[in-house]
Amino acid sequence: MAGAKNHDYHILPADPWPLITSVSAFVMTSGLALFMHDYAFGTYLLIAGFLGVIISMFSWFGNIIKEAHAGDHTPVVQLHQRYGMILFIASEVMFFVGWFWAFFDFSLFPSALSEVVDGQWPPKAIEAVMNPWDLPLLNTMILLCSGTTVTWAHHSLIHGDRDGLKKGLWATVILGVLFSALQAFEYMHAPFPFGENTYGSAFYMATGFHGFHVIVGTIMLIVCLVRAYKGHFTPKQHFGFEAAAWYWHFVDVVWLFLFVAIYIWGGGDAPYHSA
Amino acid sequence: MATTATPETLPAHEDAHDLHSHADHKPPFFQRWFMSTNHKDIGTLYLIFAIFAGVIGGAISGIMRAELAAPGIQYLGWWTTFLGGDGANFDETLHLWNVLISAHGLIMVFFMVMPAVIGGFGNWFVPIMIGAPDMAFPRMNNISFWLTFVAFCSLMISAFVPGGTGNGAGTGWTVYAPLSTSGSPGPSVDFAIFALHLAGASSIMGAINFITTIFNMRAPGMTLHKMPLFVWSVLVTAFLLLLALPVLAAAITMLLTDRNFGTTFFDPAGGGDPILYQHLFWFFGHPEVYIMILPGFGIISQIISTFSRKPVFGYLGMAYAMVAIGVVGFIVWAHHMYTVGLSVNEKMYFTAATMVIAVPTGIKIFSWIATMWGGSLEFKSPMWWALGFIFLFTVGGVTGVVLANGGIDDNLHDTYYVVAHFHYVLSLGAVTALFAGWWYWFPKMFGKMHSEFLSKLQFIVFFVGVNTLFFPMHFLGMQGMPRRYPDYATAYELWNWVATKGYEIMAVSIVIFFINVFYSLIAGKKAAPNYWGEGATTLEWTLSSPPPFHQFETLPVIDDKAGAH
Ligand code: HEM
Ligand SMILES: [Cu+2]
Repeated sequence: MAGAKNHDYHILPADPWPLITSVSAFVMTSGLALFMHDYAFGTYLLIAGFLGVIISMFSWFGNIIKEAHAGDHTPVVQLHQRYGMILFIASEVMFFVGWFWAFFDFSLFPSALSEVVDGQWPPKAIEAVMNPWDLPLLNTMILLCSGTTVTWAHHSLIHGDRDGLKKGLWATVILGVLFSALQAFEYMHAPFPFGENTYGSAFYMATGFHGFHVIVGTIMLIVCLVRAYKGHFTPKQHFGFEAAAWYWHFVDVVWLFLFVAIYIWGGGDAPYHSA
Repeated sequence: MATTATPETLPAHEDAHDLHSHADHKPPFFQRWFMSTNHKDIGTLYLIFAIFAGVIGGAISGIMRAELAAPGIQYLGWWTTFLGGDGANFDETLHLWNVLISAHGLIMVFFMVMPAVIGGFGNWFVPIMIGAPDMAFPRMNNISFWLTFVAFCSLMISAFVPGGTGNGAGTGWTVYAPLSTSGSPGPSVDFAIFALHLAGASSIMGAINFITTIFNMRAPGMTLHKMPLFVWSVLVTAFLLLLALPVLAAAITMLLTDRNFGTTFFDPAGGGDPILYQHLFWFFGHPEVYIMILPGFGIISQIISTFSRKPVFGYLGMAYAMVAIGVVGFIVWAHHMYTVGLSVNEKMYFTAATMVIAVPTGIKIFSWIATMWGGSLEFKSPMWWALGFIFLFTVGGVTGVVLANGGIDDNLHDTYYVVAHFHYVLSLGAVTALFAGWWYWFPKMFGKMHSEFLSKLQFIVFFVGVNTLFFPMHFLGMQGMPRRYPDYATAYELWNWVATKGYEIMAVSIVIFFINVFYSLIAGKKAAPNYWGEGATTLEWTLSSPPPFHQFETLPVIDDKAGAH
């Protein structure tokens, strides 16, 4: 607003997107609830709400980028963004704590009451698990590699090497997409179904939420790539890029825990199945 | 709490009018209230919303108390028919009872107390108290509000779609499996779960906003160790929200997939375990109870200090006691689960850890008393409320320590003793703190003086009412009356009847509250910038009442030498 402001904070004008985003999210969740109970119009609500959320995010984040170019992101505002992103990632870590909690509960104390589990881990109903040294290991290498390429992009950016920035980002995005593709392939050929017992529940939900985060991270990196082509980011100011990179590293670390806990250790004595 | 600002940097009171000319330029109605990026307006929205939700949650408990006034089922059938069901169907009427207690709990926790203390007072006063012009992320602040609002809509919808043996989610506020999974086949519980997802997202974003604001936007000279205790309390609360809510999100997502997609997280047939849900829930749930009370602690500290004309006794101890409560609050969750079959060692650990929390809590109680000791006390109405808080919260804290004993809790768990305990800390603790804060800051927020007489009258009626309502529940619990049933043995009749009378008295106090609010808004005298006088030293008292639309366009400088402690 109009005041004669003598500070570096960012005072914003009224903005429609928070309301629109909230209503869209509400339409989306209501649609999902109805969809899950076979109400036909639930599907339409779900799709409409989802599109609303996507459009809102597009516009909202687009506005943030415009504001950055208008010089609204003073050093202290950039510091806010750093804090915001770190705290967001901290909350994400706690989200995964929930899934790991379930996994360790099931694997350390397999139920003797359930016939399909029968006091063993992996459960009796699981005839074979994935061979961790097959695709999962490859995926581990892919993600670790992508952590390197995103750092390559970052260093290029800091040293004013736009070409290196683009190459590094391209490599990271391609590795990210490759990871998701291999993960999808793995799901399709997995020797055990979704749900039905604790293994199929914990495995798919934990790796599935991780996969979802990989996709989100990849989208963030693609946005960075597009912005790099548009000439955004300077060696001094490029928090949009850094946030994506932090997020990417977070996703990477979660994977390492999944790989060690669920794929290697969690496979127990079960025979390996090769995709 | 040394927050005196140097005179030259203050918007001096004489200039208040001048300030209006530019800093007070407000956007038009729709933009101002539906597209807000202003922490004070968003705070007001939260407060209005919380009052609205509180009335609904309170009305529901009125139905519950009416039903419980005598043994037998009196009114549930009528209400079932009224809400579009079949009142003659006993399963349906009993299901309605479950829906009522669930809705009451969820509304009061997520849509009344939390929006009021954190969204309302936190938004209004955290930026002002640290000398900041607004929150760090003003737009995210607004989406926090609207997500709370749509979450409430989702919960309301859940009441009118099929749940278990009737409409609505009858799972209790804890949403325990298997009642919430195989026990409630309809979409109702999904709507309730999404309400929690949306409210959770809102609170996580709010938490990020508060932490960033408090760490980055303190005025020059406002070190962490000079922050008013209310700001400290919101800081600790925000960390609890940030770290506890995602675990709830994971847990209720498991509920969702168990319900709809065939996972078996909580289904013993597939090797899952309903107790796992309880662990995940209470890992969130216990921090959650502190989320509801810590900002209240902060409010009480401001008020006691103001009306004792002294800085709070043991300021640093008070601040770090809250930090300690927050930290220890994460490792005591299973005291809600003593009867699920924990091993003796687990029970011993959780008993000991839970009792440890009584230490920092005690530090707070004693420091409030020590603050008043030797102070020049002034008994304005917020001080009445604050004193009431100390007394009532202490009663609830003491019964908490009783319940903390795994052995004793084997008997008391799921009885009215627990209901008495948590209502003493919440309805009599957190809500009293809310009213204390409301009448402490009402003129500051709305620019009109309230009636001290009505506020004190409300306090007396409220105090009598809630004690009559909840104290007998201790007796009922010790006699073995189980919680969450609409009917009971005739042996419990007397105290239930008394409790319902207490509800009626309490309801009168809420009427007085509304009379005071409307009377003051319409006919109240214009409030001065610092209507409490010398004892009120935090930065909000340096601004006009209400403060300009954008305060601190020039940041205040906190003078070290004026440091009061
Ligand atoms: C001295 C501190 C406290 C201790 C030792 C304590 C201990 C306990 C214990 C052991 C229980 C479980 C009883 C049972 O279900 O059998 C309990 C329940 C509860 N407490 Fe506390 N408590 C304390 C403070 C608080 C505070 C400050 C609040 C909130 C402001 C609170 C809110 C609740 C609630 C809501 C429940 C019941 C939850 C439910 O089962 O629905 N408590 N408390
Ligand atoms: Cu607890």
